[in-house]
Amino acid sequence: MEINIKRENTTQSFNIERASTLLEALYSIKTKQDSTLTFDSGCKSGICGCCSVLVNGKEKLACTHKLEDNDTIEPLRHYKVKKDLLVDKSAQLSLIKQTNAALANYKQELLTTKDENLTKIQTDCILCSSCYSACPVIDVNSNFLGPFALTRAYRYTADKREENPKDIIDSIQTNGVWDCTLCGECTLACPMGIDPKGDIVQLRNQSAKFGYMDPNFSNIGFGDGFGFNGGF
Amino acid sequence: MSNLDLLIIGSGISGLSAAISAKEEGADVLVVTKSVPTKNNSVMAQGGINAALGNIKSDSTKLHAKDTLKSSHDLANANMVELLCNEAINAIEFLEKIGVSFSRIDNACSTKGSIAQRKLGGASAPRACYAQDYTGLKIMHTLLDFAISSNIEIKDGLFLLELIKNSCSEVCGGLFFNFNSGKLESIYAKRVLLATGGYGGIYAKNTNSYGSSGDGLAAVFRAGGVLSNMEFVQFHPTTLKGSNILISESARGEGGYLVNCKNERFVDELAPRDVVAKAVFEQISSGNSVYLDLRHIDEQHLKEAMPQELKVIKTYANVDATKELVEIEPAVHYSMGGISVNSNFAVKSLAGCFAVGECSDASVHGANRLGGNSLLEAVAFGRLSAKKALSVAPNAIEQKEQKYNLPVGSGNYNELSNTKKEVAEILNKNVGLLRDEQSLKEAQDSLNRLNIDTLSVSGQLQYNTNLIELLELKNSIYLAKATIKCALERKESRGAHIRVDYTSEDATYTKPSFITIKEL
Repeated sequence: MEINIKRENTTQSFNIERASTLLEALYSIKTKQDSTLTFDSGCKSGICGCCSVLVNGKEKLACTHKLEDNDTIEPLRHYKVKKDLLVDKSAQLSLIKQTNAALANYKQELLTTKDENLTKIQTDCILCSSCYSACPVIDVNSNFLGPFALTRAYRYTADKREENPKDIIDSIQTNGVWDCTLCGECTLACPMGIDPKGDIVQLRNQSAKFGYMDPNFSNIGFGDGFGFNGGF
Repeated sequence: MSNLDLLIIGSGISGLSAAISAKEEGADVLVVTKSVPTKNNSVMAQGGINAALGNIKSDSTKLHAKDTLKSSHDLANANMVELLCNEAINAIEFLEKIGVSFSRIDNACSTKGSIAQRKLGGASAPRACYAQDYTGLKIMHTLLDFAISSNIEIKDGLFLLELIKNSCSEVCGGLFFNFNSGKLESIYAKRVLLATGGYGGIYAKNTNSYGSSGDGLAAVFRAGGVLSNMEFVQFHPTTLKGSNILISESARGEGGYLVNCKNERFVDELAPRDVVAKAVFEQISSGNSVYLDLRHIDEQHLKEAMPQELKVIKTYANVDATKELVEIEPAVHYSMGGISVNSNFAVKSLAGCFAVGECSDASVHGANRLGGNSLLEAVAFGRLSAKKALSVAPNAIEQKEQKYNLPVGSGNYNELSNTKKEVAEILNKNVGLLRDEQSLKEAQDSLNRLNIDTLSVSGQLQYNTNLIELLELKNSIYLAKATIKCALERKESRGAHIRVDYTSEDATYTKPSFITIKEL
């Protein structure tokens, strides 16, 4: 079978034997055809999030993706490409930092299975950045906090053990929850079945409880672009 | 001049637990990792973290210590085990306070708490606190969030080449290859704590993440520090046949059976891992394939308790484990041995240097580790080791230009790749679950014949993953040789070290093995 790999500004085709996963195919190319091929990999079992790439334009983990003939492999979007399929994901930490995603004000609570379920899926995040790569908002606003950071923020606001999530809510107003278009690309891209879009909607509701409103709405409501002002 | 109180090398659960603890003490701390912060074996831990909370059934730290000591085959240190089991309660409290989303039980007793616990092999009570079968992942990422919010700096892409010593031979930093710049980088600190993980990845068949090459152990070894109990390499009984992807002990904890191709059960599934792995290996050696059988367990319960396992079994074996048998085989999983440390986590014969987690041998696992005790060691001893390290007087920092000859030349990757494969296969074949004098000596000879000094890599240094592979291979060979030497000298069978030519335990060997580079 043949696969195509985007390297720098060219796309190179490789003829390979059938491999069970894309990651195996990448290693096979590296050992048999081109030892300079550069990519990341770790756990081989879909839990470390290192080997995320684009396959035919969609985010996949190389270690779980079953190859098909003529698949085209590219590096993730929205990160600086280090080399070939390897990208610089160090921005992940600063995005998390900006959202204050952590349990800051612990309150003792006897949690139940129902409480556990409130954050069960969100805490499955493996930081593969598939959602971040898939997010179209980042194309127009590179400062957007993006889906995984917001999901991580949401999970602490939804945790009963957090006494006051105000810091988190305050930090996700600018370039945060209101900048999302709710297109759902992040949800489709997540290999763990997390729904960042849904979490962002929840964060909007929580923001409202803290007195924030949709700035887009307030612009429409009180700006004069639509001629609402001065009519009364 | 560096003001770093503590340089932590490794960003897994041990490293981050230590960093958070150091920060609480007001220390200036830096964490460095050779790859990215969440690429480690910590995220792969599934089954749980032991603490005698007694949330399900009555339990005590004494019982926990007793089980741990028994499983260690008298090689663990009773005081260290007691410390670990007592600290377990604090460790869970810490994880609860930073928001780890443990699985819960309803109608819990308010004086105890609602964290769900399951029974793992060798435990006399349901003791492993878990978060479905994503326990390591959820602990790791919660620690990461907390570390970031605590303003702990984490630098990626720094591969440890050598430890730097001052004129008093105390460790005062590390010399790194910076993968992101392609340059050498020295980082100085008043104390260095290694949390670099184990060396299970040097075996051909293993459950570890790529890069589990024991870099910290090798650096300590070269710097004159002592390694101990290197022959005790744990085989996990249940990994998917072929791919060796881990199927956690929780599968048996939830009631799973092990059956052979005649549909016979052949071992107590919840015996310690050394016992179960050996039984599985013997079945396979006698021509019987072995399967994990989960079919009798309620499907809904399986989906709830073990979502990851069902997913990986489906992805990598194309089997629906709720309805079909899953073929398994043992594979290397964990290194009990490591950098020999005292009760303050200080490395023996290497002043100023500390080690914690799987890279260390803190005398708590001995000849066989219990499931649920490695995450515990990482969190509890991670936290404690930072406090202990900070409590000793700082080392003098003497900065000077560090030289290192990186293996760069006209290198041929195939040669590197083939050598790596050869070493891994020698270990599997000759230093595997069963070993004897002849197989070990053969392995020793084969490794001595390898000429790794001629191996090199070519191309630019920045982002050169092949260079990292070669540096890891060089480290692997030190550890392979140390493992073989210790295995040869222990002329008995004990826990995970099973000698075909000395089949029983021998009281004269009821002591740890130690090795330094001079004895290699």
